Amino acid sequence: MAYDKFEVLKSSAVPLPIENVDTDQIIPARFLKATERKGFGDNLFRDWRFNSDDTPKADFPLNNPRFSGKILVSGKNFGSGSSREHAVWAIYDYGFRCVVSSFFADIFRNNCLNIGILPVQVSPEFLQSMFKSIDANENTEFEVNLPEQKIINLETNESESFNINPYKKDNMINGFDDIDYLLNLVDDIKVFADKTPI
Amino acid sequence: MGSTLFDKVWDAHVVKKIENGPDILFIDRHLVHEVTSPVAFLGLKRRGISVLYPNKTFATADHNTPTKNQHLPVEDPLSANQLAAIEKNAGDYGIPYWGLGHHKNGIVHVIGPENGITVPGATIVCGDSHTSTHGAFGAVAFGIGTSEVEMVLATQCIMQPKPKTMKIEISGSLSFGVTPKDVALYIISQLTTSGATGYFVEYSGKVFEEMSMEGRMTVCNLSIEMGARGGMIAPDEKTISYVEGREFAPNGADWDRALDYWKTLHTDEDATFDKVISFEAADIEPMITFGTNPGMGGSIMSDIPKDFEGSASYKKSLDYMDFKEGESMLNKKVDYVFLGSCTNGRIEDFRAFASIVKGRKKADNVTAWLVPGSHVVEKAIKDEGIFDLLTEAGFEIREPGCSACLAMNDDKIPPGKYAVSTSNRNFEGRQGPQSRTLLASPLVAAAAAVTGKVTDPRTLMQVESLTE
Ligand code: SF4
Repeated sequence: MAYDKFEVLKSSAVPLPIENVDTDQIIPARFLKATERKGFGDNLFRDWRFNSDDTPKADFPLNNPRFSGKILVSGKNFGSGSSREHAVWAIYDYGFRCVVSSFFADIFRNNCLNIGILPVQVSPEFLQSMFKSIDANENTEFEVNLPEQKIINLETNESESFNINPYKKDNMINGFDDIDYLLNLVDDIKVFADKTPI
Repeated sequence: MGSTLFDKVWDAHVVKKIENGPDILFIDRHLVHEVTSPVAFLGLKRRGISVLYPNKTFATADHNTPTKNQHLPVEDPLSANQLAAIEKNAGDYGIPYWGLGHHKNGIVHVIGPENGITVPGATIVCGDSHTSTHGAFGAVAFGIGTSEVEMVLATQCIMQPKPKTMKIEISGSLSFGVTPKDVALYIISQLTTSGATGYFVEYSGKVFEEMSMEGRMTVCNLSIEMGARGGMIAPDEKTISYVEGREFAPNGADWDRALDYWKTLHTDEDATFDKVISFEAADIEPMITFGTNPGMGGSIMSDIPKDFEGSASYKKSLDYMDFKEGESMLNKKVDYVFLGSCTNGRIEDFRAFASIVKGRKKADNVTAWLVPGSHVVEKAIKDEGIFDLLTEAGFEIREPGCSACLAMNDDKIPPGKYAVSTSNRNFEGRQGPQSRTLLASPLVAAAAAVTGKVTDPRTLMQVESLTE
């Protein structure tokens, strides 16, 4: 299904200065029982966000009224673990459109791109300076510019370029969907299938 | 210049290369389960299209299923709903489905090889990260997200940039009491959980040649825990004789054609990898994890390290486990033992577990869940007398499924309790909210189950061989 186009996002950011955030933390397995893609945002980081009696944990950044925005900034190796796309649905459904980290797990990165969340990989130094800026002023805005492949701290004017596969970049800017693209190739695929050795 | 095993299989499946973009890769086998598929099928419905190759698609129910009373209706309404959805979807689209109670039912990565769905040189995907398991046969196998499940259902293809290649070679032979699980946990502890991100791994060396197919599956299964896209081992005689005669394996003229292809599946001598990492088998001992990711592990004899790769999250991790730096792992109290999962839920794992239990009893302070990976494994356990041996020793053997590996069903380790588990992830809450997981081999799990604490299994094995 085609998704929202992504060009330039200007927003404040929510900091999550934890490393190796795995998909079991992003959305615990017990919330994977739905048969539709709905309402996953409520359970984003469930066990970090809420006590066992469902009261919010005051010290978790998503519960801190200081922080808001469409950008999630997290420590290195974000999204390791399972292939559950529910993790990126939860992030999207909660309202984030971009995740920034100094390193992403492979499947997680693919899943983001497949549903229209932009994963932005920055240097460890830039990541630290983002955390510092947000800590000093929670309203610090960042510009994530996909056409120019640049992330800019609008407060300090520091910026950094990021990489993205050109094909995926095009898809995100236009809101295109890989499946539509492949469906146009079905005849070629069938010819290929007849030749496969197993 | 020659090609690597990975290059050969990948390149044989490229339908088209997109300039500056991913490859379009043809998928030979697509495994589907109840948790990551419903939204993909909804997508097909919305587009008004069907499954392109239902005969290359296989569906099972495993993640969400109870491991007790499978003959009764599933109590949890949400799980029941997901099971109903996959049954209906499989029926609507003509996909073979082995649901709860079916004699072929089991964990998706256990039943693939058992039924000859997994074959050398194939491309195999599934909406589950441990799809890397199938690499044990020399297949290119990897986990995908739900959007990609929909893509493969609709087009039998996936779009992926080609990963880089890494060779992990281990020279020498494994010492007494050291299992394939220890090999994998050792590699992950050395590489960290992101050490192979962006790579597809080939395991090579005598250690892997000497390993059984089950052992190779355990190693390849855990490739994802070092961040790799997948892992594979070149097929040999052992691989081919494992596959031969299984229901969905090629037969007749197709078998001969497949054999010709399989004989080409090895890394050429002059091929190069993007990265090569070497280890010595002699350095590997029985392993156990002490932290909250699979890389936080060490020899069962060692102490919890004082500093761990300078990781800022290390303290958080030890706090969660309620462990302290410098403590010994040996003799730590164990509350639960879990034998099972697609990592260690095969017959060989039950044999290993039983070899330690033989002549002993389950410790009173331990609750043990022994969960076969499939009905085929369950039957073998009974046929080989392992079922009787274990039940007489006080163990409970449950019905097949993923069970406490991800605790989506009722098999949850209670808050604060310690579980020695043969599964693959020790993340916070993985085995139930606030649960604490120590990952280890079936031998270490069995040693914990009979002594009630973390115990070096070699001590129990030595005593036995002395008295025999
Ligand atoms: S046993 Fe665990 S890792 Fe394996 S498929 Fe099931 S949930 Fe995934």
